Amino acid sequence: MEYEMSQLWIAVLGASALCFILKLLGYSLPESFFSNPRLQRINALIPVVLLSALVASQTLTKDSQVIVDHRIAGVLVAAVALRFKAPFPLMMLLAALVSALLYRSNSI
Amino acid sequence: MAARLIRQNSRVSFPRRAVLRDSLSVAIPVGSYGAAFGAAAVAGGFSVAQACALSLLLFSGASQFAVVGVMTGGGSALSAIATGALLGIRNGLYGMRMAPILNLRGLKRALGAQITIDESTGVAISQENRGEDAMRYGFFATGIGIFFFWNLFTLIGALSADSIGDPSSWGLDAAVPAAFLGLVWPRLVDKKSRIAALLAVIIALSLTPFVGAGFPIIATVLIAIALGWSTK
Repeated sequence: MEYEMSQLWIAVLGASALCFILKLLGYSLPESFFSNPRLQRINALIPVVLLSALVASQTLTKDSQVIVDHRIAGVLVAAVALRFKAPFPLMMLLAALVSALLYRSNSI
Repeated sequence: MAARLIRQNSRVSFPRRAVLRDSLSVAIPVGSYGAAFGAAAVAGGFSVAQACALSLLLFSGASQFAVVGVMTGGGSALSAIATGALLGIRNGLYGMRMAPILNLRGLKRALGAQITIDESTGVAISQENRGEDAMRYGFFATGIGIFFFWNLFTLIGALSADSIGDPSSWGLDAAVPAAFLGLVWPRLVDKKSRIAALLAVIIALSLTPFVGAGFPIIATVLIAIALGWSTK
């Protein structure tokens, strides 16, 4: 447990430090530094791929296995909520409720 | 602080009240999403202090959720840091855009950099037709507003989740992937982004059984490079 705790702190402080350096770097470099259109296209796609991969791994994997469980129902409901422009917290709440309901009904 | 900075630099008048209204209409709802982050972080095994530290020190929603997501998924601290940092690159680009407008030095530059995120830059750019003073005012009002509300609501969310106990025993664990879906959704505006998203899902899932947790997520950066390389 202690080991896990320190790993979490390393992640928290390491990511915070690196992200702050990236923010500060922006103010120290000229805008032309990043004018290459190819780099700009790649950078625009980075959040898309990382966030999509996180959706997939958080929904469909557990302990390095691909599995389908109650979570997929919650995420599908979230997709429908987003389609109808639901606000972010409501969308998360609906996802949590649906997956919890399914989880409960399965475990009885 | 926003007011003081603006007064120093103010030369041309602009509709201060309208810019403040624009800023707060973004800052308050976005800041309140901090509750969702705080709850998700504690649900994922982070302490209340760690959740609050991420909101204070990292202060960038997608990166914060990514650190929580990768660690919760069993990834190493290193892959959590790498994923969070890759998502943080765009804040550096916002800084490049804002630097000539804000013209900050020393400590002010460090504080301005910390609040350089999607929303503060977005509001600033949306004020372009009202002049640079309005852009500066919008940037600081939005950035400081979100910083305040995001941290306040992170604490509230973290404390409430802490009182519920282990959320996966309740089956509430779809909330975190739903958050990622909500973050990627507005970015899926063109065909290329949608293809990138689909390929990322396929690659991340196919790699999962073979490599350590966290790595399948970082590996999808190769898709961004491959698709971004070509002009089509």
